[in-house]
Amino acid sequence: MKWSRKDLLDLESLSVEEITMLLDTARSFREVLDRPIKKVPILRGKTIVNMFFEPSTRTSSSFDMAAKRLMADTVNISPRTSAVTKGETLLDTARNLEAMRIDLVVIRHSSSGAPHFLAKRIKAGVVNAGDGQHAHPTQGLLDIFTMREKRGRIEGLKVLIVGDVTHSRVARSNIHGLKKLGAEVAVCGPSTLIPVGIEELGARVFHKIEEALEWADVVNILRLQLERQKKGLLPTLREYSRMFCVTEERLKAAKPDVTIMHPGPMNRGVEIDPRVADGARSVILDQVTNGVAVRMAALYLLSGGDAPLSEAIRKEA
Amino acid sequence: MTNQKAEGRRPSGRLVIRNCRIIDPLNKRDEAGDILMEDGRISALGKDIAPNGAEAVKGDGLVACPGLCDMHVHLRQPGREDEETVESGSRAAAAGGFTAVACMPNTQPVLDNRGMIELIRSLETPLCRVHPVGAISKGLEGLELAEIGDMAGAGAVAVSDDGRPLTDSNLMRRALDYCRMFGIPVVSHCEDKFLSADGSMNEGPLATRLGLRGIPSAAEASMAYRDCRLAALTGGRVHIAHVSCAETVEVVRQAKKQGVAVTAETCPHYFCLTEEAVVGYNEAARVNPPLRTKRDVEAIIGGLSDGTIDCIATDHAPHSLEEKEVEFDASPTGMIGLETALGLCWTHLVEKKVLTARQLVEKMSVNPRRILNLAGGSLEVGKESDLTLFDPNAEWTVDPEKFKSLSRNTPFAGWKLKGRAAMTVVGGLVVKVD
Ligand SMILES: [Zn+2]
Repeated sequence: MKWSRKDLLDLESLSVEEITMLLDTARSFREVLDRPIKKVPILRGKTIVNMFFEPSTRTSSSFDMAAKRLMADTVNISPRTSAVTKGETLLDTARNLEAMRIDLVVIRHSSSGAPHFLAKRIKAGVVNAGDGQHAHPTQGLLDIFTMREKRGRIEGLKVLIVGDVTHSRVARSNIHGLKKLGAEVAVCGPSTLIPVGIEELGARVFHKIEEALEWADVVNILRLQLERQKKGLLPTLREYSRMFCVTEERLKAAKPDVTIMHPGPMNRGVEIDPRVADGARSVILDQVTNGVAVRMAALYLLSGGDAPLSEAIRKEA
Repeated sequence: MTNQKAEGRRPSGRLVIRNCRIIDPLNKRDEAGDILMEDGRISALGKDIAPNGAEAVKGDGLVACPGLCDMHVHLRQPGREDEETVESGSRAAAAGGFTAVACMPNTQPVLDNRGMIELIRSLETPLCRVHPVGAISKGLEGLELAEIGDMAGAGAVAVSDDGRPLTDSNLMRRALDYCRMFGIPVVSHCEDKFLSADGSMNEGPLATRLGLRGIPSAAEASMAYRDCRLAALTGGRVHIAHVSCAETVEVVRQAKKQGVAVTAETCPHYFCLTEEAVVGYNEAARVNPPLRTKRDVEAIIGGLSDGTIDCIATDHAPHSLEEKEVEFDASPTGMIGLETALGLCWTHLVEKKVLTARQLVEKMSVNPRRILNLAGGSLEVGKESDLTLFDPNAEWTVDPEKFKSLSRNTPFAGWKLKGRAAMTVVGGLVVKVD
């Protein structure tokens, strides 16, 4: 099977085969990352533009590193340096990029659908690095990749997502990707932060963290945006923490081999107990490493690379 | 007469439409006949009228009705003449078969005083009768009543803070009370802005999937309920604009049963489209109130057929392409509608047997005039000849490039429709002919 999509916009529109191809390709790159020389020249001559309309050190540096490991040329545009702040429209930006004959655009934007808007209008491939509260496909993939590495399988795995699901693109991409691969998914959080109709995406809803933790094989804890309290969605962070923080104490009721994940950056003590974050069951740092491998896979496949790629890499490395 | 030459001509005072189907609900007429117009007035109606030397138009297979009236349009003048003007909007109206429109006051500056109402009146062209709606509150700020009496005296046919609904219930009460003196309705854009907040589409599973913030139906229905209660309290007349959801239909239905002086309109997009039109972040489908679900469409259709919803208006909302073609949640709300309304209504209401042809004429011509106290709305000897002649069998494809409107923002591009205006006559002047 060959990768045939121009863009990576969300996991919802991907087939199981496509998701598996991305994960398998990421695995090959993950091995590369453990070598002393971590570069492979397979995207030499390609130009990738990283456009982050929303600040994100973590995701942007992960994409930047992925591109550099593949030896692509990268251009980083952030709102402060770009014309966007001067009122240039996304359509103008798209036309300019087109004129520069670039190969791939990685875009992070606060509006849901902005990458889709761009993808419809330019010939270059578009990778969604997070749009509004809609999707964050590479985060979803790296979470699933990490689960697959740690648990050996996705099918039948019980994955719990804890926190502000309403505003979370990470949650949506996790749910879509995991459901496609046969996992069971549940969400847990205050009712004001669980969106209408999440059940229709295939997720079960818990409001009691104790019950949810008892159910789960994997717990993916979302970052709580601290301004939610101001918007009237929460009384206080204190109350949130008392009701939903994943603590050592609460994990006593969980399965002993439960896997703890967090897409970062963490609010230690709010949604996650520092002892849990740094504990033996936490795979939070693996997620960061895997993120680079997954993004290498995405950039590679969207640039027209073949899967499996083990031979190609061996040859060129 | 099938040539462009006839357009804009006041036919030496004389024009006869031969053998058309005349639908005139107020006179309970629905029969084949001729209409003779002389000197801007209808001079004879009925079978085999002596042409008296008048230019003849073949009406076989066509329907003649009192000119269509759209009681909710945005003409953008003054302020955004790049998007629409009174004249371009009038051209679009004529092309769509409308002989009269009521234009909303959210221009720049706002139509909130006599001078602004007079300005709009002075911009009127022979193409279409343009009736300004004044603001309820000064500057649409929702703080103090505008000079409604003065505006009514200058020709404002209603007042509305369309787009910026009154959060202050007491001010709404005062507006309804005050307007009783002038016999004009308060047109209410029902939206609890605290509930709709930063939403950009209907709230529900689809919004959750698309990651777009939702606007619940309750944001509309709760204010519709408030305004019905305030109409009951004051004896004022409230008109609920652009009803989009099942809950509001029910609020209006109950209020009417209780004898409250409430009327309501919906728009073609609320029964031709559902929220599914947003999928793919289609900014052309972003509108306020938002497109709802299949269940809501069914309720709107129910409300149209049982009379709960009195009229169909377009909420014609022109936007420049540069402003509309942006990220979905940054795209301004609204779509244009004057040139697609008749086709959409005929195709989706009459062909589907939701409404009879006569009921459609009531909702697009008779009732809006009744609500706004406008003359016209019937075809009678001696009256000014404002009429629409349309071909219910004309099949056509919506092509925004052919619109007379200065704007192109429609979600209906490429739609195949049945039913189209063939001739529009305003005061005896042929302003559109196919
Ligand atoms: Zn409105």
